[in-house]
Amino acid sequence: MTAAYHWLFVPLTLGLALVMAVMETIYVVKKDEFWKKTAQFWMKLFAINFAVGIATGIILEFEFGTNWSNYSWFVGDMFGAPLAIEGILAFFMEATFFAVMFFGWNKVGKRFHLASTWLTGIGATISAYWILVANGWMQNPVGTTFNPETVRSEMASAAAFWEVISNPVAVSKFFHSVTSGWVTGGIFVVGVSAWYLLKGRHKTFATKSMLVGSIVGLVGSAAVMLSGDSSGIHAAEFQPMKLAAAEGLQDGGKRAAFTIVPGIKIPGMLSILATHDLDGYVPGINDILNGYTDNDGNAIPSVAEKMAMGREALVALSIYRTTEDPTEKAEARYALEENVQYMGYGHLEKPEDIVPPVGVVFWAFRFMIGLGMLIALVLLLSVIAVWKDKLGKWQWLLWAAIVCIPLAYVTGQCGWIVAEVGRQPWTIQGLLPVNVAISSLSAGAVKTTFFLFLAIFTLFLIIEIRILVGAIKKGPETQNE
Amino acid sequence: MKSIKDTMTAVWHFYRDGFRNMTWGRPLVWLILLKVFILFAVLRLFFFKPAMAGLSDEERSRVVGERIAGPPAESPSPETYNL
Repeated sequence: MTAAYHWLFVPLTLGLALVMAVMETIYVVKKDEFWKKTAQFWMKLFAINFAVGIATGIILEFEFGTNWSNYSWFVGDMFGAPLAIEGILAFFMEATFFAVMFFGWNKVGKRFHLASTWLTGIGATISAYWILVANGWMQNPVGTTFNPETVRSEMASAAAFWEVISNPVAVSKFFHSVTSGWVTGGIFVVGVSAWYLLKGRHKTFATKSMLVGSIVGLVGSAAVMLSGDSSGIHAAEFQPMKLAAAEGLQDGGKRAAFTIVPGIKIPGMLSILATHDLDGYVPGINDILNGYTDNDGNAIPSVAEKMAMGREALVALSIYRTTEDPTEKAEARYALEENVQYMGYGHLEKPEDIVPPVGVVFWAFRFMIGLGMLIALVLLLSVIAVWKDKLGKWQWLLWAAIVCIPLAYVTGQCGWIVAEVGRQPWTIQGLLPVNVAISSLSAGAVKTTFFLFLAIFTLFLIIEIRILVGAIKKGPETQNE
Repeated sequence: MKSIKDTMTAVWHFYRDGFRNMTWGRPLVWLILLKVFILFAVLRLFFFKPAMAGLSDEERSRVVGERIAGPPAESPSPETYNL
């Protein structure tokens, strides 16, 4: 919930940062004051979103210590480095360049100001990378070794750190998330501009903003599709159950069909999306439960076998931590290292526990793709409408653009649901299920903090929407023609 | 060439004048300060207390180790799960 709330603000920050940087670049290149005022208006909306979104992620860090203490200790070394880098980088880059961007008009040179605007966006984007390195590790825990002495996942070397930061899951999640932010920023600009056009206000400003917003959004849409493709490949490789749940695929096979909606399928498409091969094998939920042979010919154990190996690991860990006998300790360590990749399975009660809520993931996936395509279509039509001077006639497109603003948020939240609900029951894939990761708290304590969080942050959200709507109604300082 | 003191003074004036001359941004700054106050002075102090506060690293290892390793008495076979 907290992460989903934080994700309400991040996409618009990333997207508007790019839009306003592009507009200011046009101003510096063309030396046209119109573009300066246009960039300043979108910068104002960026600041409002930023002000309310800032620090909403901090509460997640509180929750790590309060609600997820076992998890926090387990991942300490792994999470510490990326989150510390993110915190320091975000603070210094944003405190410096954000201030120059807002206070520096007419005080610093045009080019320095432009560089600050770009660096504000780049800083926010790099921050997102470090967060997604941490998240990507939870989905595909590479580069770390479990230390039974400290009960932590530790990075033993610089090479391990490199493996963590170049984790393919983190890289594809980063591009997918950031470029989806460009789509959100793009459609936000297009939608707000459409509102001005429908009201007959600031026509030149709105038309030119719409062109920039729709081009940024379209570039983002294309990049989202490309990065989504690599996300699909990675899900098939590292989290096949997430993919099977997203597809509602009970029994897999070669030439697996992609389900558009129940009853309408494209034969072979899922195999192509998941393996880039029409004859690629895609395991279904039952295949994963019972064991299967993957595309490289590796025999993947059944979940029951993984549970047995997981229990072996837990027994070995228990012995290792209690015995004083050096021989027994060495044997326990060996047994632990042999089975540690399945350690989390030892906590499961039954194999079916590894199946996430299929209906939720299946429909969230469909809404994400469907709404994403709809938004891309509206963005494309917006470019055409501006190019062909059809905005006056295509009033329906203006309304569609406005409707697409909330839909972009729904799309982003659906993506979050696919990524995070789809990996249940794991907090760390294969190593730590949710029920072991949490602190020993009473249900009442968790409920209290949850509803407190919900109340306070909903209030902030309402305040943001009111300020944002007020700023939009007031409009830019460009001539109102 | 400017001295470090001159540079620091210029930076200070830049931020001071920036905040002083704020118009629409002023309520946003108050909003951020209010939020940070609520986060750290209310939520952090009274509601989000670290579950393992006050424990040494060794004690944390022991607590989490016991929770993770649990008391598994024996290692079951896959047949146990009827698959």
